[in-house]
Amino acid sequence: MNYEEILEKLVKNNERIMVMTAENRAAIRNLPGKIGGRFIDTGITEMTLIGMASGLALRGRIPVAHALASFLTMRAFEFARTDVGIANLPVKLVGGFSGILSDGNGPTHQAIEDVSIMRGIPNMKVFCPADEDDMLICLEKVLLSESPYYIRYNNRKPEYKHSEDFEEGKAEIIEIGKDINILTYGALFNEAYNAYKRLKESGYNAGLINMRTLKPIDENIIVDSLTNCRLTVSIEDHFLKGGLYSIIAETALKHNVMGKVIPFAFDEKWFKPALLNDVLVHEKLTPEAISERIINEYFKIKKNNGK
Amino acid sequence: MTKEKHNELKKVAYKVRQHIIHMSTDGGCFIGASLSCVDIIVYLYLSFLNINKNNLKSPDRDYLFLSKGHDVPALYGTLAEIGLLQKSRLKNHLKTNDFIYWHPNTNIPGIEFHSGSLGHLLSVAMGVAYDCKLKKQKNKIVVILGDGELNEGSVWEAFLVAASLKLDNLIVIVDRNKFQANIETEKLNKLEPLSDKLKSFGWSVRKINGHIFTEIDGLFSQLSVHSGKPMFIIADTIRGKGLPSIEERADRWFVNFTKEEVESLLHELKTREMSKLTSETLMVR
Repeated sequence: MNYEEILEKLVKNNERIMVMTAENRAAIRNLPGKIGGRFIDTGITEMTLIGMASGLALRGRIPVAHALASFLTMRAFEFARTDVGIANLPVKLVGGFSGILSDGNGPTHQAIEDVSIMRGIPNMKVFCPADEDDMLICLEKVLLSESPYYIRYNNRKPEYKHSEDFEEGKAEIIEIGKDINILTYGALFNEAYNAYKRLKESGYNAGLINMRTLKPIDENIIVDSLTNCRLTVSIEDHFLKGGLYSIIAETALKHNVMGKVIPFAFDEKWFKPALLNDVLVHEKLTPEAISERIINEYFKIKKNNGK
Repeated sequence: MTKEKHNELKKVAYKVRQHIIHMSTDGGCFIGASLSCVDIIVYLYLSFLNINKNNLKSPDRDYLFLSKGHDVPALYGTLAEIGLLQKSRLKNHLKTNDFIYWHPNTNIPGIEFHSGSLGHLLSVAMGVAYDCKLKKQKNKIVVILGDGELNEGSVWEAFLVAASLKLDNLIVIVDRNKFQANIETEKLNKLEPLSDKLKSFGWSVRKINGHIFTEIDGLFSQLSVHSGKPMFIIADTIRGKGLPSIEERADRWFVNFTKEEVESLLHELKTREMSKLTSETLMVR
């Protein structure tokens, strides 16, 4: 089943589910004719979308509200915080075209601070699937949760067969490395996965972790990596501040552990708008560029440790 | 409306105004905006809305959403008078042992949703209204907006959507006291002609004097909801209504009075003899 087929099934099996959009129908194009009044398009009105979703949730519904990630999380941020967050309502906010998936749109559409601001809302959980399969595996559990959720919609084609076991706050462990551990989430998973394979082919004891939910976060895997692995790498299509790199730092302080961490993220900059593959090349986020930089950093550590 | 009902409404509104005056000390409250909507809120609870102690959780109850949350003393007072909120709790205004503060919250029985940030509850109410219609229920969903609140863009976005969704179980009342925080509405962002604006958005529009119970009743007892259009009611009111020393004063919108001033205002409410007020308006915004 694809994304909208899962939604259609949930709507038909569970009278609480409502599907909403602020006229962003990319992921739910065929639903309007199939679910009648359970589909609401408010037009290009992100504030009204989230306010109405809160009202529906007050009546016991679970609204799944779609809009472009940057407008959903930023234009209507206070509605997410004040209406959904304070009341702790089971509204599901689905942000489309987040991060690098906005490819040629430019900085207006680059939601690369969405994880940072949404995880700052008390009660709000954050789910960032690695690709379409990963999203569909976890979707039902996330949507049926009684918590508010921000979901980074991700329909990138999978290159890895993900584990069917999903639990919020539990990362998907592809492998735990002793030399290098890559921690990642969202749309850069394929690049991280291929970089990990290259590292292994080059003889490194490398690992790869798909975080899945950024809030709650799997603290154990972070502590484990910082403690037992020589180099931890974070890869995310997000600003350096506030995303996974920050979460790793917060977790390290909380558990009083230290380790070498190399971040791949956008540091005080927007990424170059272009088609996705060209963005990856330009921003040095191809598997080749990622693995090359990781190996260079790894050598530096070994050299320093050797002194 | 019967004479008995009219007298009851007047009596309750008087008591609610007394409660508001009592809340205007020891930290103070938004007294002006609270006094302007007292009569409307009292009327709604006593004569229009199907909301009572026994149906607060029922999906068939009516809903009231106070979007301009800073006038909540009027709501606290009314809820206390109709027995939803213990009167003794009003003494806990701004105390940490209770939840009676400057903006509405759901720890108070009868308050459906929190507000305080302007421009939120119209869309929240629309979600409720949509669900009631989808379930073919006949509930009435009432939202009270401030006229200053109409500066917020989210309200106009929601006006557009509510008409498109034909939410005709939705009744919006604007407490048109013609002031926003520090200034008269028409001296800042002109709202008039307000009824034309809403008509052009596809709403049914009515106008009433928001202090004359017979006039309020004349509209609400005849109100035809479920006409295909949401209803927009402009309630013409006076900020500070009931206290001549506060009425229509731009500088008396939030005040923390002394105990002596409170006594004097209670006397003023009864006699309309002007109080001598020295406490200054606090600029909290």
